[in-house]
Amino acid sequence: MPLMELRGLTHTYSQGTPFEKKAVDHIDLTLYEGHTVGLLGHTGSGKSTLIQHMNALLKPTEGTVLLDGEDIFATKEAMRAARFRVGLVFQYPEYQLFEENVFDDIAFGPKNQKLPPEEIDRRVREAAAFVGLGEDVFTQSPLELSGGQKRRAAIAGVLAMEPELLVLDEPTAGLDPAGRADLLEKLMAWREARNATILLVTHDMDTAAGCERLLVMDGGRIVMDGSPAKIFSQGERLQAIGLDLPGAARIAMLLRQKGADLPEDIYTIDRLQEAILALWRRKGEQSC
Amino acid sequence: MESVIEIQGLSFSYPETTVPALRDINLSIGRGSFVAMLGANGSGKSTLAKHLNAILVPTAGRVLVDGLDTAEDDNLLSIRRRVGMVFQNPDNQIVANVVEDDVAFAPENLGVPSEEIRRRVDSALRQVGMYELRMHAPHLLSGGQKQRVAIAGILAMEPEVLVLDEPTAMLDPRGRQEVMDTVESLCREQGITVVLITHHMEEAARADRIIVLAGGQVAMDGTPREIFPQAEQLKSLALAVPDGTELIGRLNAAGMDLPMDALTDEECASVIWEGLCH
Repeated sequence: MPLMELRGLTHTYSQGTPFEKKAVDHIDLTLYEGHTVGLLGHTGSGKSTLIQHMNALLKPTEGTVLLDGEDIFATKEAMRAARFRVGLVFQYPEYQLFEENVFDDIAFGPKNQKLPPEEIDRRVREAAAFVGLGEDVFTQSPLELSGGQKRRAAIAGVLAMEPELLVLDEPTAGLDPAGRADLLEKLMAWREARNATILLVTHDMDTAAGCERLLVMDGGRIVMDGSPAKIFSQGERLQAIGLDLPGAARIAMLLRQKGADLPEDIYTIDRLQEAILALWRRKGEQSC
Repeated sequence: MESVIEIQGLSFSYPETTVPALRDINLSIGRGSFVAMLGANGSGKSTLAKHLNAILVPTAGRVLVDGLDTAEDDNLLSIRRRVGMVFQNPDNQIVANVVEDDVAFAPENLGVPSEEIRRRVDSALRQVGMYELRMHAPHLLSGGQKQRVAIAGILAMEPEVLVLDEPTAMLDPRGRQEVMDTVESLCREQGITVVLITHHMEEAARADRIIVLAGGQVAMDGTPREIFPQAEQLKSLALAVPDGTELIGRLNAAGMDLPMDALTDEECASVIWEGLCH
């Protein structure tokens, strides 16, 4: 089921001035229910501008955004509804914690939704559990939490609104490798449990490799759209627009250049390992 | 190798905390070397880095920069000139409206004569590859360019040591590459000592030496070729190994017999290709 449709979405900053810049240029895009989508692109490619239209933080210069077929900019009510149905987690969200204690911080969104207290309570507990925050921290000041806990508390605050579409801008930046893997796993479990849609903006190609669909932006347009296997098999094109490949795809590319008979769509260590072992086991038959 | 920084029995506790952030650290950093510091979030990396230019001073033990004790107030200015720091977020480190003014900011504050400032600013901008953009407005630059301007601002102080605390965390792949290439050439070509804090194993693989912190203590210390084959221990410290090292480890577990010390993608591919052919 299509959840969100962008139609001819265009955003021009400082229109009519010498600084006029088209940050998003006629984008048509449909996001489906229950998917995990990765959005890639170098700094300045238009990713941040694009995602701020999804929950009506920015109004398009041209085109529109449909949520379940309804224009989110049609009325004030529709814009307000979009803010709750589409959760946006900015980069380094831990800098936006501000309440006196962790519980109130996570509860801020649902309170704004004017939900009954018992529902708010349930949502805060559930969201905290999803991100792996214990209830023992509820009464603490957010400032007393460790960096990793702050990040999780900030994300829990958005999850507690139970958005149908969750958009995260670089959620794992600055986390150690174990922290990165752990947070992604928790987000995937949340998506599964709620049948929600996740859009991850990331520069980390390993994070991208875990998505079902990848979008690549360049110059305000979506220039590539497909499965990770399809996108990562175009290594040279990605590198030309300033992006990278997962390590396994880079090594596979180098091995192919040396003459190894490896499929083009390898981008995980698991598959590369299998493919190399398959070659190794029948190496009697091949000549180098 | 002659050392530029000596850390002796360093322990540090933040005020009103019970668990020390650093415990009995002893390290010697060689002049002109490229050291990467790894460790989980909360392991003490940034706290240690802040001891290298006297932003923090030890609760116990001492830190010497070129023999100068960081705990002595009289040494502060000399130490800050010798050890420059670059942080994660380039937007928080840029103060002026024109690139070259930003780079001139520190030497101006140090009272350097103006012809000398001109020379240093030009030289610093050339070293980071930003000379052509010297008249630009910093806020219009890419993240990688801003971070290189921040590095140039430090270079204009002509420091001995450059300490970078996750300088690429907020950058896209191209920006990351630009910054890492700049940092590496400053070390290799200009002889500047580099201490790089990072969560990216591919960046650490470019260093001469890797120091791993865990729970405020030094848990591992060696060359990348010594450290990365120890995949299990790294993982137990919430770290990872470069993809190529991980792959070769798994291929060996499945019966291949490949050398474990390949670091770069190219080396890994060569080692695997050799293994397939012989």
